[in-house]
Amino acid sequence: MSRTASRALLILLLAAATSPVEAAGVREFVSSDWSTQIVRFFTLQDASVRFALIGSVLLGLSCGLLGSFIVVRKMALMGDALSHAVLPGVAIGFLWNMTKDPLAILIGATIAGLLGTFLVSAISRTTRLKEDAALGLVLATFFAIGICLVTMIQRLPTGNKSGLDKFLFGQAAALSAEDITLMAIVTSIAVVMVVAFYKELLASSFDPGFSRSIGLPTRWIHHGLMLLLTASVVIALQAVGVVLVSAMLITPASAAYLLTDRLHRLVVMAAAFGVGAGMAGAFLSFVGPSLPTGPLMVIGASALFSAAFLFGPRHGVVARWLLRRRGAARTQRENTLKSMFHVMEATQFRTEGVTLHDLAIRRRETIDDAQRLGRDLVRHGLATLSGDALYFTPSGRKRAGEIVRNHRLWELYLTQSANIAADHVHEDAEKIEHILGESVVRDLERRLGYATFDPHGRAIPSARTIHGGDARREGGNGSGK
Amino acid sequence: MSDPYAPLEIHDLTVAYHKKPVLWGVDLVIEPGRLIGIVGPNGAGKSTLIKACMGLLPLQSGWVKFFGESFHKMARRVGYVPQRESVDWDFPVNVMDVVLMGRYGRLGVLRRPSKADRSVARACLEKVHLLPYANRQIANLSGGQQQRVFLARALAQEADIYFMDEPFAGVDAATEAAIIAVLRELRDMGKTLLVVHHDLPTARQYFDDLLLLNMNVVAFGKTADVFTAELLQKTYGGRLTILSEVAQALGAHGASR
Repeated sequence: MSRTASRALLILLLAAATSPVEAAGVREFVSSDWSTQIVRFFTLQDASVRFALIGSVLLGLSCGLLGSFIVVRKMALMGDALSHAVLPGVAIGFLWNMTKDPLAILIGATIAGLLGTFLVSAISRTTRLKEDAALGLVLATFFAIGICLVTMIQRLPTGNKSGLDKFLFGQAAALSAEDITLMAIVTSIAVVMVVAFYKELLASSFDPGFSRSIGLPTRWIHHGLMLLLTASVVIALQAVGVVLVSAMLITPASAAYLLTDRLHRLVVMAAAFGVGAGMAGAFLSFVGPSLPTGPLMVIGASALFSAAFLFGPRHGVVARWLLRRRGAARTQRENTLKSMFHVMEATQFRTEGVTLHDLAIRRRETIDDAQRLGRDLVRHGLATLSGDALYFTPSGRKRAGEIVRNHRLWELYLTQSANIAADHVHEDAEKIEHILGESVVRDLERRLGYATFDPHGRAIPSARTIHGGDARREGGNGSGK
Repeated sequence: MSDPYAPLEIHDLTVAYHKKPVLWGVDLVIEPGRLIGIVGPNGAGKSTLIKACMGLLPLQSGWVKFFGESFHKMARRVGYVPQRESVDWDFPVNVMDVVLMGRYGRLGVLRRPSKADRSVARACLEKVHLLPYANRQIANLSGGQQQRVFLARALAQEADIYFMDEPFAGVDAATEAAIIAVLRELRDMGKTLLVVHHDLPTARQYFDDLLLLNMNVVAFGKTADVFTAELLQKTYGGRLTILSEVAQALGAHGASR
């Protein structure tokens, strides 16, 4: 927190000291009418729109692609440090010939970035400090130096300083044709390298020790990745800004991480998300209120992440919630089946059906509740309702027997094998009965010597009675998870 | 095995962390076709020894030769099972991806695993009874299954000498039996296996030879010759818990005779 706060303070100071850092939108570079702006954006009439869009696509692609690897290598903070560490390099690159020459800035920034990462590893290797402290230290120092240099440059009387202030918050519309060329080159190199060395990147990210044991040059792979990362941070700098560029590395890759279990898909998805976020940022900045592109891109990426977090098919919050709810509903149905079984057991199975009245008494609920539960069983084909009595369907009868058997087997197992007192085991069995699979049940039965009575003296339904003579036939069916 | 050279020769190996030596002057010559257990107390340098052999740690002094050559030249003939805890099992790969990594050392740069590599990987998964799990994400496996994934990856290396770092740590009985069966099969094929192991009673059953290690080689030889109260006490430095464990192991052995 304090790092973010101090960073914000530095930016404020800079803004106060120099001409204010104007949050200029792309719109200021062209005329302003809301609906025609959208048309202009999509028809790509203006060179500045074309450059902004192409630039956003390129930076989104390279950041998403390389960001995947820093996320799976748990180096996400390194991206943050790197993006701040390049700022003095940007300033020195500018000072080289007092103009915004993209190549000089790229070289300067790359050197600064690599120096920063080198210092981080040197500090964590040679002192007692761990990497997090080293990262924070180097990041803040380099950023402070960078802010001072940029401020000094803007006070210089000579030189074409236009666009240098954009390095803080980013402005896609400030991209020139040369910038775009450089971005295209860096992005192409990144794509080619990742495709060519995918297998090495995969192995060394997952298991560096094993990778070295099979002769992969893990150290060079790391350095190569850092070099590409630095280059892609630098090309993204003008459009996204120093402050937020690390988000373009981390956020698309993190969103993809929530959606897939395979690295190659993660990489492709992250690149696509990066492109999407980049384009969204450029578009919003063009048609919307005068805002810098960087924050808009990052908000776009964060929106994608939020969507993945909430609606991801497997790891998403909604999916997990639905799964839990479905599980809870199934447990409730199974408990109803069990109650029906108990009612019938009390009459030694002399009656066929169970009246809602008996069910309600058994469950200590109202008739209305019993009716609601009964209808739920009917909906799922586990029972039929005729008049005021519920009748098992074959599958309902089978599942009811399984649940009761699971419950009693588990109680018996706990009392016999785990030496837990008979009056302590019911609560546990209430949960376990719903999740025991058939194979575990077979094992329990074997271990318990095919016992026929539970610790409370009640009969344990056998496989024969549950499955109607043939235990194998429907074996896998009811053994839900 | 027509190699004129020993699979592994270690001469005067010293390894240090931050200038503090953890292994001193280790000399060893390992014969082919042996299943060797490396045992010793915590911090004895067991993992350090195998990592240093493969050049994963810098050597303070000494040299290591595989089949008469440096590790670098012979890396393809060396298989490795790292400790299970050394990787992040949430990593986005499935079982097949991991096992295929065993083939990477044989593939050149820029080459992808071929169909033949995939069928080798499948055969290795079959050996450790994990073929049905080939497409499963590795986080959704039990600890024993994860350990067997690592073993399958090492099998896919088709190496001649294997280093295994605690392959039996925290696995279920079924996995332990499956692993030891695979290790014995490899040994019978003439391969050499060095296995870091921490459980003394089973060490005695499992291994042909034992390397008793505590910063240096306390003893190395046939299990029957080396597994003595005296040498174990020397290795473990008279720590009581270990001694009682040893006494129990010796007692159990005596009873079974």
